[in-house]
Amino acid sequence: MAELVEELKEKIIDQLSLEDIEVSDIDNNDPLFGDGLGLDSIDALELIVLLEKEYGIKLTDPKEGKAIFQSVQVMADYITKHRTK
Amino acid sequence: MEKKYYIKHYCAIKNEAVYKNGEVYHEDETSDNLKDFAKGIYKKLELKYPKFYKMDELCKFSFLASEILLMNEEIDEDTALVFANKASSLVTDRKHQETINDPENYFPSPAIFVYTLPNIALGEISIKHKFKSENAFFVNEKFDSSFIMNYSQMLLDTQKATKVICGWVDLDSNKYDVFLTYLTREEGKQITIRELTDIYNNDYGRISRRA
Amino acid sequence: MRRAYLNSDVIISPLGFTSEENIAKLRNNISGITEQDDTNLHRTSFYGAKIADDKLEELSLQYDLLAYTRLEQMMLLAVKKLLEKNPSLDIHKTGVIIATTKGNVDQLAIDMQSENAYLTSLSNTIESYFTLKNTPIILSNACISGGLAVAVAKRMIQAEQYDDVIVIGGDVLTAFTLSGFFSFQAVSDQPCKPFSKNRTGVSLGEAAAALWVSSNKIEETNVVLTGDASVNDANHISGPSRTGEGLFLSITKALKEANIESEAIDYISAHGTATPFNDEMESIAFSRANLLKVPLNSFKGYYGHTLGASALIETIIARHCLLNNEVFASKGFDELGVSEPVTVLKENKIMPLQRVLNTASGFGGCNVALILEKINS
Repeated sequence: MAELVEELKEKIIDQLSLEDIEVSDIDNNDPLFGDGLGLDSIDALELIVLLEKEYGIKLTDPKEGKAIFQSVQVMADYITKHRTK
Repeated sequence: MEKKYYIKHYCAIKNEAVYKNGEVYHEDETSDNLKDFAKGIYKKLELKYPKFYKMDELCKFSFLASEILLMNEEIDEDTALVFANKASSLVTDRKHQETINDPENYFPSPAIFVYTLPNIALGEISIKHKFKSENAFFVNEKFDSSFIMNYSQMLLDTQKATKVICGWVDLDSNKYDVFLTYLTREEGKQITIRELTDIYNNDYGRISRRA
Repeated sequence: MRRAYLNSDVIISPLGFTSEENIAKLRNNISGITEQDDTNLHRTSFYGAKIADDKLEELSLQYDLLAYTRLEQMMLLAVKKLLEKNPSLDIHKTGVIIATTKGNVDQLAIDMQSENAYLTSLSNTIESYFTLKNTPIILSNACISGGLAVAVAKRMIQAEQYDDVIVIGGDVLTAFTLSGFFSFQAVSDQPCKPFSKNRTGVSLGEAAAALWVSSNKIEETNVVLTGDASVNDANHISGPSRTGEGLFLSITKALKEANIESEAIDYISAHGTATPFNDEMESIAFSRANLLKVPLNSFKGYYGHTLGASALIETIIARHCLLNNEVFASKGFDELGVSEPVTVLKENKIMPLQRVLNTASGFGGCNVALILEKINS
């Protein structure tokens, strides 16, 4: 799990072009949206693409994303349960 | 150009260098790609604007040139943006096309797709400075300074804007050509369209290096 | 100041190949949106408004345009038909503005380095086809392109740069734009439902149109563009402003230029893409501008969202509405689903019309408002 969390942080930084942020800057339980990393609606859609592309998880309702993208930890838990690749 | 408007500043990005009002502002002969070149200018400007990294290169160069024009300037909400280029957003269009070309690897990305419109560059600048004014993006074979200046003056004449940033921002397959001017009613450099065209055509990048 | 008359127009769309055919379909509340099942366009079936290939081919053959791309065929047809029905209009003496978001972007699927994918290939085609002296101007301003182009035409006429301007608008339904809108999870799984409670997104469409804007009127009763304004939200590159700021300011400025108050507006042709955020934003802007009681509709339920063409087509339809004193039901509307109680037209109506407000909003945070007024001389 710890490995997945690290991998996920790297992928998020890369996919969302968060150049000024390092893996060590992201706390597992930091909120990704709002005050956390300051992500916006396009980032949320981009995370949906990331889930599908990297882990074979297809979200069809953007509202589902809200619950899953709470924090890196919540995302990692969800991926562990639902990944197909 | 009519006497009542002035070009307060102009900025060019070409030949691995950035110029403000004809003077070299930044040179970079080491970066071998546009992303790093743009990042170098961003660092030089000492900006803290993480959204910059999310932009495509057309937006980055448009954004950086406008930052250079607006350095130490009082921001006027009613500043219109009138830009033109040849390749529209084609560099990013090709990137988006690549994400859908292969049916086995079909992952269109919203963060790429949103930049497949040239006027997004104007939106980015408007967001940064809270410009609540007109954005117009034209596409021409080459920089038509008289068209862009006439259009910009029309906006000023008809009180549709009080200031205008206008010019040319073209990006295509690693070639770039940026030339923006800041048009105001304040006293400043008064330039005719003819002179402006000469400034644009003048490759002062090479001149400065020869000197 | 010179007036900018909207003299004549042509719409090339799934609803017909003349403006009159299009208006007749609207009068019968017929939508051009159908289920599309073409894997070259999208991997799954979807609802969209596409011009029938055989009909376009037939007409292009008749006009000898088969050598051109799909979009060029549509644009050339629009202009040729405009010139046919207006023998007094000489394209060699007019300004020409082309409004498009993506031009021939469909050519990228065939060749990533395609020369046709440059928007300038459209202006070059129009220039050489009609042997023009001046290259047409291209305006590419997302989903407000067609409306802003009409505003640009008016300003050029008022600045006496031209006596006549032809505005051409067009975009085609492509895998490129479909894949993008799907990635934004912004495509409706049924024909789009602007301003409705259960709206879930856009239907995309394709169309081209041509409009003759002039300093001289050709009919006694005519339509004039009396006000225009375009203001950016300065808020977000894809999300509409929560306060409707840019659209509200566009409307306010356009009303001011037309020298009227919001009470003088008889009907609003709204943008109404049917995405949850867009329609909500519009309702807030209309509320702030005191326009809640004014009947409004969106034509997206008939045409889908035709991107760069949409605001031009809607200006043309608004012109016909003014001349005919009629308005059309907002297709796809059932139960109001925006927070401000806008007056959505549930059925067609014959009613006296003097002034129409036409609005559009797009990616990049751009907005445009146009005021059209009927003048009986």
